[in-house]
Amino acid sequence: MTFTKTKQAPAETLKPERIPAADPPAALQPTGARNPLSEPSRPESSPPIAISFDSFNAFYGDYQAIDQINLQIPSKQVTGFIGPSGCGKTTLLRWINRMNDIVPTARSTGQLHLHDLDVLASSTDVVELRRRVGIVFQKPNPFPKSIYDNVAYGARLHLKLTRTELDALVEWSLRKAAVWSEVKDRLHKPALGLSGGQQQRVCIARTIATGPEVLLMDEPCSALDPISTSAIEDLIFELRQQFTIVIVTHNMQQASRVSDMTAFFYQGKVVEFGTTDQVFTCPTEKQTEDYVTGKFG
Amino acid sequence: MTKHLDRDMDRLHRDILSLCTIVEDMIGKAAMALRDGRLELCDEVTAEDETVDRFEVAIEEECLKMLALHHPVAVDLRRIATVVKVNNDLERIADLAVNIADRARGVREYPEFKIPKAVDPMVAHVRSMVRGALDAFVHLDTAAAREVIQRDNIVDELNEHLIELLQNSMQTRSQWVVPGLHCFSAIRHLARIGDLATNIAEDAIYLVDGEIVRHR
Repeated sequence: MTFTKTKQAPAETLKPERIPAADPPAALQPTGARNPLSEPSRPESSPPIAISFDSFNAFYGDYQAIDQINLQIPSKQVTGFIGPSGCGKTTLLRWINRMNDIVPTARSTGQLHLHDLDVLASSTDVVELRRRVGIVFQKPNPFPKSIYDNVAYGARLHLKLTRTELDALVEWSLRKAAVWSEVKDRLHKPALGLSGGQQQRVCIARTIATGPEVLLMDEPCSALDPISTSAIEDLIFELRQQFTIVIVTHNMQQASRVSDMTAFFYQGKVVEFGTTDQVFTCPTEKQTEDYVTGKFG
Repeated sequence: MTKHLDRDMDRLHRDILSLCTIVEDMIGKAAMALRDGRLELCDEVTAEDETVDRFEVAIEEECLKMLALHHPVAVDLRRIATVVKVNNDLERIADLAVNIADRARGVREYPEFKIPKAVDPMVAHVRSMVRGALDAFVHLDTAAAREVIQRDNIVDELNEHLIELLQNSMQTRSQWVVPGLHCFSAIRHLARIGDLATNIAEDAIYLVDGEIVRHR
């Protein structure tokens, strides 16, 4: 994969005004690292599994938050996690890039794999894992820096790029996050001066700039107005061609709109996991039916 | 949100039950008018059709409103989608009852023409199919719904038998061609009501199981 290859990318997925001319820096092609500018591959009829939980349990001290979960999250699709508050959705999401390492009482048992990588192994490079697995939180959390520096932050840490290459990467990321046209004339202004919806999209740009394989989204639209929400949902639709996306949401309509697969969680267990179409039109479990129709939760 | 949806669902359920009652009554009256030549029942059927038309529009509007306002999913979505279809089928059945009543008027102009006796079992079967399909829909009984679907074959056989009888009588006595054609049409309408009862039974199965069983 090369920078110049972006010239051949489909126009609808990438419409650069300025094509980076430089060859790809070696730093963009380390083992396991993916060039964020690489072409999206088409979803297959039976996609491979990106994330796999096997007999997975998670605890906070004595409290068991996740109970014997077996879940296979398909690659390059959007998987929605739904369920009432406290059912373990966010806990599970945070284990995927080991965010729970910083919670002293958090521990887990069982298996968690990202493709062939044993996520829970002590030998796993957590910094590299978090580059491969980006996360976007409920509340936009840009760094108190310029928009440009926010997006360039991860790339400066992980990749050795020239100024031109970094410019191209920032532009690509902001375009992908559907916020470029709104911020291109104020790239060096503080990101905190943007609206909530713009901040969230800048945070998404920051996340994808490091070329992750997986994008975790923890209620990314809960603090946004309907227009910003719609922009983020459109963005998820666009990004699903290139990333494996896992989204936690309390908004049933959002889950049904954006996700290909839906997992319903209740009391730390996966009650039902199936295509979104099936879960929302004809769920097999009574608890799922009661939850999606608003009878509890 | 759920209470609002439940309230609207209850109202929708009551409305569709009222419509079912009227339509069943219309089929009974139209059949009696055909068999016994009671023309006063034809007028009643025509008058009831106007009520059915108003109900049909009101129920469809209610369904569209619920889809727009509540964004129902799962069983709630299936129920509203099914009501939209059953509502439409009931309105079509009511129209067919009016058509049968019109044919009864036509047959009555030929007092010497006798409606074949085999019409009685066909009317009984069609009425029981409609009743069975609506009961299956109301009581969420898929076994009953499947039984209704099976019975459509009997109606089809009776329909073929009656057509043969009418063809023979029209071939032997040319003055019976006109009343024979009226009777022929009425029987076709009855058979069509049986088909629509089958549709309702299939929709009842979709409502319960989420499975579309048509064309299998």
